[in-house]
This record gives sequence, structure tokens and C-alpha cells, in this order.
Amino acid sequence: MRNTLATQLIFDLSSPGRRAARLPQCDVPTRAIEELIPAKFLAEKPLPLPEVAEPDIVRHYVNLSTLNMSVDTHFYPLGSCTMKYNPKRHERLSKLGGIVDVHPYQHADRMQGLLAILYEMQNMLGEIAGLPAVSLQPAAGAQGELTALMVAAAYFRDRGENRRKVLFPASAHGTNPASAAIAGFDCVQLPATANGLMDVEELRKHADSSTACLMVTNPNTLGLFEKQIAEVAKIIHDVGGLVYIDGANMNAIMGITRPGDFGGDMMHYNVHKTFTGPHGAGGPGSGPIAVRDFLKPYLPAPIIEKTTAENGQTVYQLVTPEKTIGKVRTFFGNVGILIRGYCYLRTLGPEGVRKAAEHAILNANYLKAILKDILPAAHGEYCLHEFVASASKLSKEKHISAMDIAKRLLDFGFHAPTVYFPLVVPEALMMEPTETESKATLDAFAETIRKITEESAEFLHDAPHSLPVSRPNDVQAARQPVLSWSPKVGV
Amino acid sequence: MSYLFATASEEQAMLSRIGVDSIDQLLQQIPKPLQLDKLLDLPPALSEMELEQHLRQLASQSSGATSRMCFQGGGAYDHYIPSVVDEITGRGEYYTAYTPYQAEASQGTLQAFFEYQTMICQLTGMQVSNASLYEGGGSVSEATLMAMRTTGRTGRVVIAGALHPEYTQVLRTYVGHTSTEVIHIPVGSDGTVDLTKLAGAIDENTAAVIVQNPNFLGNIEDLAAIADLTHAKESLMVVSTDPISLGLLARPGDLGADIVVAEGQSLGIPLQFGGPYLGILACRNDFIRRMPGRLIGETIDRTGGRCFVLSLQAREQHIRRDKATSNICTNQGLMALRATMFMAQMGPQGFKETAELCLQKAHYAATQIAAIPGYTILFSETPKFKEFVIQAPQSAQTLIEKVAKAGVDIGPALSQFAPIPGMPDTENLLLVAVTEQRTKAQIDHLVNLLK
Repeated sequence: MRNTLATQLIFDLSSPGRRAARLPQCDVPTRAIEELIPAKFLAEKPLPLPEVAEPDIVRHYVNLSTLNMSVDTHFYPLGSCTMKYNPKRHERLSKLGGIVDVHPYQHADRMQGLLAILYEMQNMLGEIAGLPAVSLQPAAGAQGELTALMVAAAYFRDRGENRRKVLFPASAHGTNPASAAIAGFDCVQLPATANGLMDVEELRKHADSSTACLMVTNPNTLGLFEKQIAEVAKIIHDVGGLVYIDGANMNAIMGITRPGDFGGDMMHYNVHKTFTGPHGAGGPGSGPIAVRDFLKPYLPAPIIEKTTAENGQTVYQLVTPEKTIGKVRTFFGNVGILIRGYCYLRTLGPEGVRKAAEHAILNANYLKAILKDILPAAHGEYCLHEFVASASKLSKEKHISAMDIAKRLLDFGFHAPTVYFPLVVPEALMMEPTETESKATLDAFAETIRKITEESAEFLHDAPHSLPVSRPNDVQAARQPVLSWSPKVGV
Repeated sequence: MSYLFATASEEQAMLSRIGVDSIDQLLQQIPKPLQLDKLLDLPPALSEMELEQHLRQLASQSSGATSRMCFQGGGAYDHYIPSVVDEITGRGEYYTAYTPYQAEASQGTLQAFFEYQTMICQLTGMQVSNASLYEGGGSVSEATLMAMRTTGRTGRVVIAGALHPEYTQVLRTYVGHTSTEVIHIPVGSDGTVDLTKLAGAIDENTAAVIVQNPNFLGNIEDLAAIADLTHAKESLMVVSTDPISLGLLARPGDLGADIVVAEGQSLGIPLQFGGPYLGILACRNDFIRRMPGRLIGETIDRTGGRCFVLSLQAREQHIRRDKATSNICTNQGLMALRATMFMAQMGPQGFKETAELCLQKAHYAATQIAAIPGYTILFSETPKFKEFVIQAPQSAQTLIEKVAKAGVDIGPALSQFAPIPGMPDTENLLLVAVTEQRTKAQIDHLVNLLK
């Protein structure tokens, strides 16, 4: 049933002179173009873009879409990514006039409704974090990290302290050290421990007066709560440093515990994960940060404040914090994603937020339990919203790797878990079912994995068997990069 | 309402399989003193209907471009968005998928992004494009860092003339803590960069010369001349361009650009108060391994068939960690997809006609406004595309407020970006942009309001 004619490259569908868009006639008096712009600035040739008709475009990209797995179509237990259901109401509401079509330089007086939404979003994120000062500006989690580190740097500069070190555990997301490096800090990685939690003694050795910040994901990338987080935070605070909480895993703890209550001074959210973004085939995300009040003066500009006018009317204003680090991106932020997050939080309410986290934990523990004899998770009796299983034993005994299982799952209509992350677990399969999946789905998924482990390793090495593509040659892709299409010459 | 599945009896069955009595027991991993003993202080849950009523009420208190006449510019524009863009990117198979880590289950996304990369090369005249960055200003900063890695020079970067003030701010945020010197060469009396001063500022330690074209004031820069000055010192020229202008103007790649960046909002992305937008970054082939962001590559699978993968990941944060070329992970995938639909829908002819409409309408508007007593179009002899600076007989802010009352939006006022190098007095200055969507009647209406 696949239409391979329509899924050729769009450039192969192109035909000279064919077109899709028709523009209106020009209704103002026109002048010769060369009169307005000197010839040396003008293009000599038309753009070499594909020439296709509108039905070409629709059939091409609709057929391409069917080659994707997605949350709408498949169970997508991609660990660390929180692939939960993306409510359809968000799509409609984020496209309302007065929201979707507001120019970034519209005057605050003419967008009070939109600013009210964003102000409430600031407040809700501050409350969930237990950290009251919020910037909605960062475009994604990684930019949130970078922004918070720049805030920390400005804070220490302001205090005349020269702190160079950022500490993080070995299980950290790659974005943590990458962000710290861009913010100009030296990265110090703390070794992994056998129980999957931070090594407090090791931390004590490294924490000193040159420590600017500890970056810690809690719950961590193994899906475990860092039980000693309060002590960890105290160690950092005692040497005058700040504690940064990577909020990638907030889906596990929202409404149950708060970064501000367990010692965090700063954190970022991933609105596209925890508050259902959606993920958009790789973004856009939104990575707001929440910080303690004493860091508020350094937040990027602008933030939204609520005041009361003389006539008693509520007024929302865009305000520049007094010692702002400046801007980390153009314009206000990824507003379209923030609106969806707002809709989500207003749909759940305080009970719903907690319930979502509890059921994310329930689903993860259930999946962990029904998989434990085939794919055991080395760390923790119970987990929070995700767990990291290891195919280590299967690999040794049957030569079946985590990648084999991941690829074979695709044949059965399941997206693969995250594989080979975190780096501290060999043959890792990181599974995050989220709360928006049924017991029946989890049972079927586990049963499929059981069947897969009974298949021959040789057969699995070639999986998937039923998809249009199987085991792309990544080495060739990297050695001889082909990153764009070129017209064939001399055919 | 949390979009849950488990009924009470299922929940019980799941708990007993786990071997616990209650969800609370699972929460014991979190030390009790750290747990909240009350509900969060959040507003109460709303049904779908109540939520829609609430949002509609708030949306009605905001002025969007579709219900008004939008002549606003300054880096975001009210260009037309064809239906195809919304319909296709509204498919769940695209927007509810994530980064295509599993190539076999993501060929739709991967091929579309490969086509995006190709079309961006076709548009800019460069050889390679990444699969998107966050937005225009971030792309300028990423390109600058990339130029430093490529040239091995970290001493200086030069901003040539009227770069968007927010891009400049972002760049200063990114490099402010380093020893790199940011030199900003002001515009001369014609509103384009002063080439003599520019030549004097580029030295052997200069990694990049950054120029926006058309520049923030709407004026067209002489890119070829700037390229010559830049390359004479073996620096790299970073050009920030307006994608729509390339329906008419020579491509930066054909004029000597080494890295081309752009705000991609004009390519089918709604204004939505500043984001999500699209950061475009394209460059010459020899810089591939220094590029930030995701790259999609063509390869073959085990049966020899053509397919697409996330390629050259050894540059990225999840592999290289603190040595990565950037910290970016989640990018602007769906916005790149929107741009892909837009570029396919426009094609060469659609781009050309759109650009011509912008050009003609903007010049008609400028001519009409210049004829009003008390008004001047600044830099009137300098070539422009779709945007220009008005000098008003009164404060620009006051004027913006006045026309806003009649449903017309203009601006931004330049005073909100002061100081702008080379522009000492900005009080009465503002930008006006005219896209293909503005009609003669709307332009005439604006002119009447200004009188």
C-alpha cells in the first residue's frame, strides 16, 4: 500500500514551470525594479527551488508522515523524553487570534490578555518548582541550563567571587557539561556509584570555594530520587555554591516534592516534555527557568509583572530585571509552546498534576516489574517515572544487544526505548512509559520483548524486518557526508 | 483531568504485581520531610469547554495581526502562511514525534529535514545547512562561535553596521564573559555600514565580520565589498539575511558569505509573540564538522536502499559533552518543517513574486509617507527592500499609539533600542514594514492616519 512514487525526493518531483502559489496582482503603482535596487544587488537567476504543484506537496509530505512513529500512533517509551499524550485542545487554543498572531513588538497595552496568560504561567511554574522567580525566555532545556549558569556567573561576579568549577555526576545529560563550557566554566565530572546515586563523599572532596554550581538531575537519569539531595545541597551551600536542578524529569515529582524544597536554587523545565509540548519531531521546546528570589535581579529581560493602575485596573507589564544578564535569544520566548503548557496545567489543576506524576510512577514500576526477569534494572528496588534496564545478561548469553531489542520492537509497532544512555549502565534500555498509557499497552509491550528475547540473535541483528528501512549505515553517513541533494550532472 | 487510563481495579492489579499496597508506598523513595504535605497552590482544573471560554476571553484582550493592519517590522513580519503549511504540520505523525533517533521509525521526519537542508542551501547559495537552531539572534551567536572554532581566532568579532539590536544583545550575552572583543562599526550617513571604518576594524585576530542584509534599518548593504574587506584579513563573513528578500536579491552565498544565518519566521511561521521561530544556519562544505546543531545525512541501509539518518553526531553534546560544538539538543523541528512546506509551495516563481510585491508596496508606502508635510524617510537614496525608517514630526511612541487606536500597527520605535551606533537621536524614528499582504487601501489608510 506504500506510495513510493510520492515519497521520492521532492526535487525528483519537480518539473520546470510547475507551481503551487498564486500571488495577487500588484495593486499599487509599480516602478522598474532596477530603478529601486541597483542591478549589482539583484539575483541573476531564479532560486533553484523545486517546482511542484500543491497536490504534489500534499501527497508527498502526507505519505512521508506515514513513515514516522509518533505518540498519536504508537507507544513511544523513549526514556528521558516524556512522550506523553499531546491534548488536541492545545492545538486549537494556541492558534486563536490574539495569541498566534501577536507581533513581538506589540505594545503591552494591546496584549493584556496574552500577558495575563504568560504571567500566570510564570506563577504556576514558580509554585511547582518552589522557586518563585521565573524567566520564560529560554527556547529549550539546554538553553535554560545555559541561562541559569549565566545567571549564576553574574551573581558571583556581582559578589566579587571568582568561581570556576561546575560539578555534575557521570549520569548527567550531555547538555549539562556542554552548557557549562559555553558559559565559561570548568567542568568536573563526579564518578558513578554502584547504587546509581550521587557519591556524597566524592562530592565533599570536590566542593570548595572555587565551586560555582552543582548540576544535578533529580530524579536522576536512572529514574531514582537522590535521597541525600538535602545533604548534597548543604555541602554546596556551605562552600557558597549554588545547586542547579535539571528539570528533565519533573514528570516524576510535580506536586509531590519541589526542587526549591529539597535544596535547589535554580532549575529549568522542559515544557515540551512535562507539560506536553508537543515534541514536534525534534522541537520546538521551551525551557523556562525558576530561581530563588536573590537571583531574580539577574534573570534575562523581560519578565512579566502585575501591577494595579490608579483606576484599580490590573495591568501586566514587561519589566527588565535590574542586573539582567541581557537576552539569551531574540524576542520573548517560545510562546506557542508556553500556551500549550498553560492549557495543560489549567486542565489538570493541583490534584491532576499530582495524579499525573503518581501514575507516571505507577506505570514505570509496573513495566519494570513485568520485565524484571528478562530485562532487569540494576538500580533501585522501585523507580520513579522511568527505569534503565540492561540487556547485559542477554548480550553475554545470547549475543542479543540493547540495539537488537530496540530495532526489533519497531517491527511490532512499538517505538524503541532510549538506548545506550545513561552511559553508566551497560547495554542500557531506558524506559519511560508516562502516565498516558494503559495497562494493556504495557502488558503487550512486555510480552513482545519476551518474544523478541526468544528469537535468534542473527535474526535480530538484521531487525527491523518489516519497515521500509533497516539498519542505516551510520559510518558511511559520517565518512562521506551527503547533507543535501544535488542535481545529477550529465544524465 | 490528567489523561489517565488506569481504573481503580487496574491500579490495584498493577500495584499488587509491583508488590506494594499503594502508590504512596512507591513514593517512599522520596524522603518524607522533602514531600509536600499539601496540594500545590495552582488554579482549579477546568473542563475543555471552560478552558476554551477562558482562553477566548483572554485572546480577545490582545491585538493580533489578522484582525488589524500590521505594518510592524524589526525582525518578525506578517507574511502570508499558505494552508498547506498548517494542514501538513498539523499531522500528529509529525508533531507528536520526537528527534529522529530511531532512523527506521522516523524516515518521514528525516527525509523532510534533508529536503529542508537542501532548500536552505538553494535559498542562501551555501553548500550545507543544519536542521535548525532556535531563532535568528541565536543563529548569529552560534555562527560567531563557529567562526572562532574554524579560524582559531578568538580575539575579536566585528559587527558591521545595523545588526538587529536584539541579535547584538544575544551575541554579547554569549561572548561577554570571554576575552573576545566585540567591535561595533556604526552605519554612515547613508544608513549602511561605513566601509572605511569597517576596513580599519578588521585585523588578523578577527574571527568574523557580521552583517545583516537588508540591515535593521531596512537598507541593502554592499555584501561583495564587505566580503572583500573580510577576506583580505582571512576572516569569515557571517551574513544574517531576510529569506523573503532572496526572491529578488543576490544570494549571500553568491556574494562571498562564509556562513549565512537568518530568522526563518517569514517562511510560514506565525508571529505568536516572538516564538517558536526558526534559526537558519548554512555554510561552506569545509566547515561541516565545526557546525552546531543536528545534521541529517543520506546513506544506505543494510539492503542497499537509500535512507536518511542523524549524521555526524560526534560533534554533539550527547557524545562530546563539554567539547561539543554547541549545547543544543531539542531544536525547532516543526518550524523547519513549516519552512519546508512554505518553500515548496512558493517555489522560485512564488518567492520572486512575493518579494516583488513587498518591494513595490513598501516603496509606494514610503513615497506616500514622504509626501506628508513633516515626515521624512531616512536614507531615502539608499536601496531598500520591504522596510524603512520614518522620521516623524513627533515622538515615535506617541505616533504608534495614535494609529493603533485606528486598528493599524506600526513600529517598533527605534528609541526602545537606543543607543544604536551611528544613530544619536532616535526619539522620532520608527520602522515600518510592508509585506505582500498589505493592500493599497490599507497603505492609504495608514497615510491618512499619519497626516
